[in-house]
Parts: sequence; C-alpha cells; structure tokens
Amino acid sequence: MTTNQTHTIAPVLPVPATAARLTALVGALATLGSTFLAWTWTAEFPGDLTVTGYPGGLQVLTLTGALLTALFALAGHGVRGLGWLVPGGKNSPVRLLALGTFTTTWYAVLAITVELGGLVNLEPGGWIAAVASLVTLVGALGLPADVPAENPGPASGWQRFTHAFKAPAPGKAAPLPSWAEILIIAAAFGIGLFIFTYGIDTEYAELFIGFLLLIGFGAPAVARAGLNRRLGALTATHKNVTVTAAFVAAFAFPFTQSNDAYATIGANILIFATVALGLNVVVGLAGLLDLGYVAFLGVGAYTAALFSGSPSSTIGIQLPFWAAVLAGAAASLIFGVVIGAPTLRLHGDYLAIVTLGFGEIFRIAMQNMDGASGPDITNGPNGIPNIPDLELFGFNFGEPHNVLGVELGRFSNYYLLMLFFTIIVVTVFRRSDQSRIGRAWVAIREDETAARAMGINAFRLKLLAFALGATLAGMAGTVQAHVTFTVTPAQYKFVEAVPPNSAFLLAAVILGGMGTVSGPLIGAALLYLIPAKLQFMSDYQLLLFGIALILLMRFRPEGLIADRRKQLEFHETGQLDAPKGDIGLSKAGV
Amino acid sequence: MTTDTVTPAGTGTPVLHASGVTMRFGGLTAVRNVELTVNSGEIVGLIGPNGAGKTTFFNCLTGLYIPTEGTVSYKGKVLPHRSHLVTQAGIARTFQNIRLFANMTVLENVLVGRHTRTKEGLWSALLRGPGFKKAERESEARAMELLEFTGLAAKRDHLARNLPYGEQRKLEIARALASEPGLLLLDEPTAGMNPQETRATEELVFAIRDQGIAVLVIEHDMRFIFNLCDRVACLVQGEKLVEGTAEVVQGDERVVAAYLGTPFEDAPGAEEVAEVEAAEAHATDRAPGPDSTTGATGTTSTTGPEGDPK
Ligand SMILES: Nc1ncnc2c1ncn2[C@@H]1O[C@H](COP(=O)(O)OP(=O)(O)OP(=O)(O)O)[C@@H](O)[C@H]1O
Ligand SMILES: [Mg+2]
Repeated sequence: MTTNQTHTIAPVLPVPATAARLTALVGALATLGSTFLAWTWTAEFPGDLTVTGYPGGLQVLTLTGALLTALFALAGHGVRGLGWLVPGGKNSPVRLLALGTFTTTWYAVLAITVELGGLVNLEPGGWIAAVASLVTLVGALGLPADVPAENPGPASGWQRFTHAFKAPAPGKAAPLPSWAEILIIAAAFGIGLFIFTYGIDTEYAELFIGFLLLIGFGAPAVARAGLNRRLGALTATHKNVTVTAAFVAAFAFPFTQSNDAYATIGANILIFATVALGLNVVVGLAGLLDLGYVAFLGVGAYTAALFSGSPSSTIGIQLPFWAAVLAGAAASLIFGVVIGAPTLRLHGDYLAIVTLGFGEIFRIAMQNMDGASGPDITNGPNGIPNIPDLELFGFNFGEPHNVLGVELGRFSNYYLLMLFFTIIVVTVFRRSDQSRIGRAWVAIREDETAARAMGINAFRLKLLAFALGATLAGMAGTVQAHVTFTVTPAQYKFVEAVPPNSAFLLAAVILGGMGTVSGPLIGAALLYLIPAKLQFMSDYQLLLFGIALILLMRFRPEGLIADRRKQLEFHETGQLDAPKGDIGLSKAGV
Repeated sequence: MTTDTVTPAGTGTPVLHASGVTMRFGGLTAVRNVELTVNSGEIVGLIGPNGAGKTTFFNCLTGLYIPTEGTVSYKGKVLPHRSHLVTQAGIARTFQNIRLFANMTVLENVLVGRHTRTKEGLWSALLRGPGFKKAERESEARAMELLEFTGLAAKRDHLARNLPYGEQRKLEIARALASEPGLLLLDEPTAGMNPQETRATEELVFAIRDQGIAVLVIEHDMRFIFNLCDRVACLVQGEKLVEGTAEVVQGDERVVAAYLGTPFEDAPGAEEVAEVEAAEAHATDRAPGPDSTTGATGTTSTTGPEGDPK
C-alpha cells in the first residue's frame, strides 16, 4: 500500500482484463439462467431440481452465488451506484464468489450424478450450470490482482494464485446521516439472521453442504470487498444500536421458525454458545487453558435438576427457578474455587492437564454417587430424568403459546429464556473485559511476571477469572437441565460427538476467535450445526473436526473473528509505524 | 569483606535499605551479603561486569526472588517476598529485556501500571456505577499525563509491540511510574539506544528524580552512570566491591580491574583500554534492536533470572 515502487503481478490466467471481466459476467449470467432449467429428471434427488422456470433447493444457492458474482463483477468494473459494494478489493471478491458458485454448483451436479447413479441423470440444465460456472471461474481468475506484488520478478503459479485473493483495506467511508448508518446496521443484522435461519432450516444434508460451501467462499469475499471493515466502523460508532440490533435479531429467531424441531437446534446452539462465551473469560481474557470446563455446566445442571422437583431427585425440595439458578451458580462458583485454588499455581500445559483431570473426576463422581459405590445423590449413570418444565409467572415453558400470531413451541420458549442468560453473559464479558480487572487478566495472559511486577496479584485474579467462568457456566447449566429433561453424567464428557463438551467448547472459542464476543457465538453455532446437519458423517466427525482445526490453525490462527490484538499478533500489521521483521519483544529469559 | 561503606551524601531519609542480601542458586552464589541504601531524592547507580548479579539483586529487591538471606525494607518496613506487594508498597521497576504487554495498546500498558493505585473490583466493573466511570476517567487522565511526560502521547493507541525499541523502553518507564512509586528501579534503561536517545533518557531520569522519586539504576554505559548518579555501587561476582561518588568509583583500581581484567606485567593496559573502549562505542552506536542489546551487554544467561522463581 505504502510502498513506493509497485511491482505488477500477472493474474492467474493470462487474459486481457476486459475479456476476463466479460467472460466472468457472461458466465455468471449464464449460471444464473441455468438455475431456471431442470438439472435432473427425477424428484428423487432432494429439493426437486426438475422444475423448469422455478429454481429449487441447491439451485437457489447457485442462483445467489451467480447473482452476487455478477453484481461484484459490475461493481469492480466501476458501474455507477455499485461502488459502495467494493470499497476494498475490486477483483478478489469476484474471484472468491466465482469459486464459491463453482464449488456449490459442481457439488450439486456431482451429488446428482453419484446419488442417482450416473451422468445420464443430468438434464441439459445441469450441464449448462456446470459449464457456465466454470466459465465464470476462468473469467474471474483472469482478472488482475488487487494489490501489487511484494517482490519484483516473475511469480510461480501458486504464488499468483494465493496473491489473487489478497485485497487492500478500504479507506475511510464518507460520512452518512446517522439514521442511514443505523439502517445499514439493522439491515446487516437482518441479513445475518436470514442466513442463520436458512442454515438451521436446511432440510437435507446436500443443501446444508451447499450452504456451507457458498458461505465459506462468500464470507471471505465480502471481507475482501472491505464491507466487514466498513460495517465494523459503523458498529463502533453506534455501539448501543449494534447491541440492540443483535438482540432483536436473536429474539426474532423463534418467530421465524414454524417447526419446533429447528427451534431445538436454536436453543441448543444458544446454550453451547453461552457456555463457550463463559469459557472465553477464562481462556480468551485470562489465558488459562481449561480443559474441564464442561464440568461447571454439569454442576449447574445437576443442582437445578436436584432442586427441580423431579420425582427422581434424591432431594425432595423444589426451589423456584430463580433460586435454583442462584443455587446452581453458587455451587459452580464454589466448585470453581475449590478446583482453581490448588491448580491455578500451575501454568500452561500443566494447568490444562490438571483441569482435564478434574473435569473427568466430576463426571465419574456423578456416575458413582448412585447409592452403590457412593452416597445416593445422583442416581449414577441413569442421571436425573423427568425434570419438569419451568413455569414462570404463569407461563409454562413446556406448552406452546401463541405470541403475536406465531405459535412458539417448547424449545422456542426455552430459546427465549436462554437468550436472557446469554445477554447476561455477554454483558458480563464485555464489562469485565473493559475494566481494570479485564486489563489485569490480559496483562497476566501476556506476561505474568511483568504483571506481578506491576502490582497485580496474579493468583487472585486468575482465581477470579476461573470462578467467574464457572459461575456463568453453572447458570447456563440450570437452564440446560430443563431443556434436556434429563441430566446424566455422559453429557459432560471431555470429548464426544455432541457439543457441548470441553473439547468442543474450547474449539468454539479458538475457532471463533479468542477474546471476542461474537467469535465464540459463531464458533459454537458452526460446531453445533455441522454435526447436527451432517449426521451421515457421524462416524468420521471427530476426524473431520481435527482436520478442520489443523487447517484453521494453519491459515487463520486468530480464529474466524479476530480480536484486534490477535489480528495484529498473527499477521503483518497495517499500522504505519509497524517495523518490518520482528523487532518485537522477546519474552524469553533475562 | 572488601566492602567500602560510604555514608550517603544525600541528606534525605532512607527509602530503600537492603541488608545482607544473599542469593544462592544451588552452588552458585549470585549475590553475596550486599548492603545498599537509597535515600529519598537520590539517583544511585549499580554497575558491574556481566553476570555480576545486578539483575538478580533487583529481583531480590522486588520480590521476584526470595533472597536466601537478608532483608529488604522500604521506608523502614520490611518488604514481603511477593512481587505485587512490593509494587503496592511503592517500588516499581523495569526489566533488562523489555517485558511490556506486547499485544496491549500503549495506553492500556500504562493503565495496567495503575492497578495497585485503583481498587475498582469486578462488581464495580459489572455494575458500572458513577464511581467506576469516575475512576476510569481519572486513571486514563493520569496515564495520559505519564505518556505526555515520556513523550508517547501520540502513540496511545498503538500496540506496544509495534513501538520502536527506544520507545518501548520509555513505555516501560511510564508503566512503572503509573504505580506511583517512591523508588524506581531501572535495569539497563539505555541498552540498545543510540546516543541521542541515551541523552533523552538521562533527562527523563532527572525529571523523575525531580518529582521526588528515588532512582536505582543498573547500567553498563559509564558516561550515563557518572553523569547521572549521586552515588554508585559496583558489584563484582555478587559482592559489593566499592560504593561512593562517581569520582571515587571511577578512580578505584579494583573496579577497573574487574571490568578489564588484571593487566599482565608485560602488557600495560593502555592500548587494551583504548581498544575495548572503541569496541564498546561501536557496540552502542549500532542500530538499536534486541540483538544488539544482547550483543552490547553480553548477556550470559538464557534461563532468565527474571523468570519465575519457584
Ligand atoms: N534463576 C537463576 N538460576 C540460576 N542461576 C542464575 C539465575 N539467575 C541468574 N543466575 C546466575 O546468576 C549470575 C548473575 O546473573 P545476573 O543476571 O544477575 O547478572 P547481571 O549482573 O545482571 O549481568 P548483566 O550485566 O549481563 O545483565 C549469573 O551467573 C547467572 O547465570
Ligand atoms: Mg542484568
């Protein structure tokens, strides 16, 4: 950006720019047209791709991808009125979108071929879609690069390919009237809600995979175009509006669901995400690697279950819900302090191993307190079933209610209850982060010795982070007990195919982005949705999970949503004063 | 044994008093029975060849190490062996190898330094009452004052790791000052700096002293030490060899011998001295950077005396 001599770099495919743009545009339009044709002859392939004149299922995704590709291609060309779409990169978004459309379309075509047994099952529409999306991709790869090369001289094919996806950061936006800015924020959250519900409501695995592919390429395309940064700047000026919009969008979710089965997913995602955000206090802020975090969720859930009035509870007392929440949080807090006090003197890997051990101790203890090998408290492996539904202010959470003309089922009710706790956790996270305590946590994470030399009682603050994280998880656990009807030890394993468990919670935090609010929420949503939607792969789930984590750590170590600090930590910075090379600080020794 | 104790020149009251401080690492005695007093309004220098135990002595003073023997008292009270309590009591320090919070902003680094002088806890942070807002505002104002004082105000929102080397050292001083210390310990504050930056640091240390903060400074740059210090102590192999005014220490042949080695009978030191001085000047003139620091100071240990004491 600020270098004086700029080195040009050839596009991936050596085509004149105009020809390339034209090819991409024509290809995108042809792809778009092809979605109105039949792709196959039988409705056996899910989504019914046999209708001419009306796109269905996977065709809708191709249509969206092609439409966006065409739009960004035009915007990149400088068509009036579309400039706002590409304040950052001009051609890299087109390339990514073309790639996304291509993979989605080819995935659809191949899925038809494989599932129905042969290429004969493709109608001409399918062939056209495949060819047209390929043409679009070829055109897009011929577009010039957005940023000049760093080094002079010819670049290898691979270098040109990776370089083709780099984009400059957008400049400062022209100021808009604040109502317009607020409207843009609202629209952005509306789109976010729409995409989220679309993902949850996908009815078959093929559609969900297509959705993931398109999002996987579409999201970075939008980022390359600079729209994320623009939106980030807006949300930074209108913080309260943003928070409100986020919760309005989250609140609106159950009202978009006609089927309570999908509301279940929503409620479970929310529980998972809330607990992940609690873990983010411990891992993201204070830098304590806790591999047994799910135990705190378990403590809360068991406490609530015991006081829920379940006929199987060994304690005959039924507490009102608010009291159960307080009891669950308090029990978790005590458990957190009891575990934290001896273990937090350890550092790094040692702490991780010990917390992992304590997490398992909790589960096994719950398993053994069955009256045979221990006191009769938890019914052992059978757990506490038949937890009654909550009733608050005459509102029974187990029954459907008609609110504003929409029928909210059991899980929608619990979703809304859980949302209340999510708001609490988000508030706690944000407020503690931006305070003397939060700064002390980050300081400890950065350099504990220096933090202590600055007067920070490191042990006490670490214990505080640990206890706070435990309390938040315990609180979430009290709701979880009611959502799942039953609390058993097996729900609180270290790793298991179904989230939440300690490994997945940590993965949600790391994948989403440590130290951010939205990161764990998005990470949790993805980690819950992917296994829930792709059940046919459940045998390989942990394998895929591992591969995904490795790839992510290789290519985006700061997580999907980058904390401002992390972003600068892992990548060359855009800051003007940033020295090239590593004149950073060495933390080793003397 | 060979300790020359000189009655302090300053008329101030003692701020720091270390008596009989000994630090052993297994068989190695890094600091042996060191007595040192720093009076209010004084700048005291601590010199000594590499590996003499200066940093170890600092670590004993600040509670990072628990000395094997001896006590350290601050304004008459014996200090506990807990780093944060020492800072709380009023001793702040910088590190030989900069230890900033690399991924926090410049302002945040200084705000962390304010930790002991503010007391807003978690509840206050969560409830965000008027008291919290007021305290945050005041902390920020104080931190900005310190950034102005050290000339870093314009860089408040930069990440600490992105500052040039000299400014990182200044930021460490600003962060230490934020804890409102009565005594500031500086461990090689000019290592890796160019001559102009060294001059500026000199001015900064004088300005700090003028605020009523006593300063104890470790440094290898003799010109810096002799310009600055009211009193200088020389540590050799863990023992305090000499203590006195700059002239006394400068003229002491034991100090010269400790730095340059005992001259051979047949090879008088003059040439060697010139050679060494030239080499030193060359080293300090080199571009600043962590590498040149280690080069210039010839740090021997990589295990890190400032690492976690167990
Ligand atoms: N934690 C430790 N464990 C074992 N030995 C140590 C430890 N810390 C320091 N030492 C040893 O103590 C001696 C004094 O080290 P110290 O770092 O205090 O020297 P210094 O005077 O600060 O030297 P320099 O001028 O190079 O900074 C060295 O021999 C060093 O190796
Ligand atoms: Mg040293």
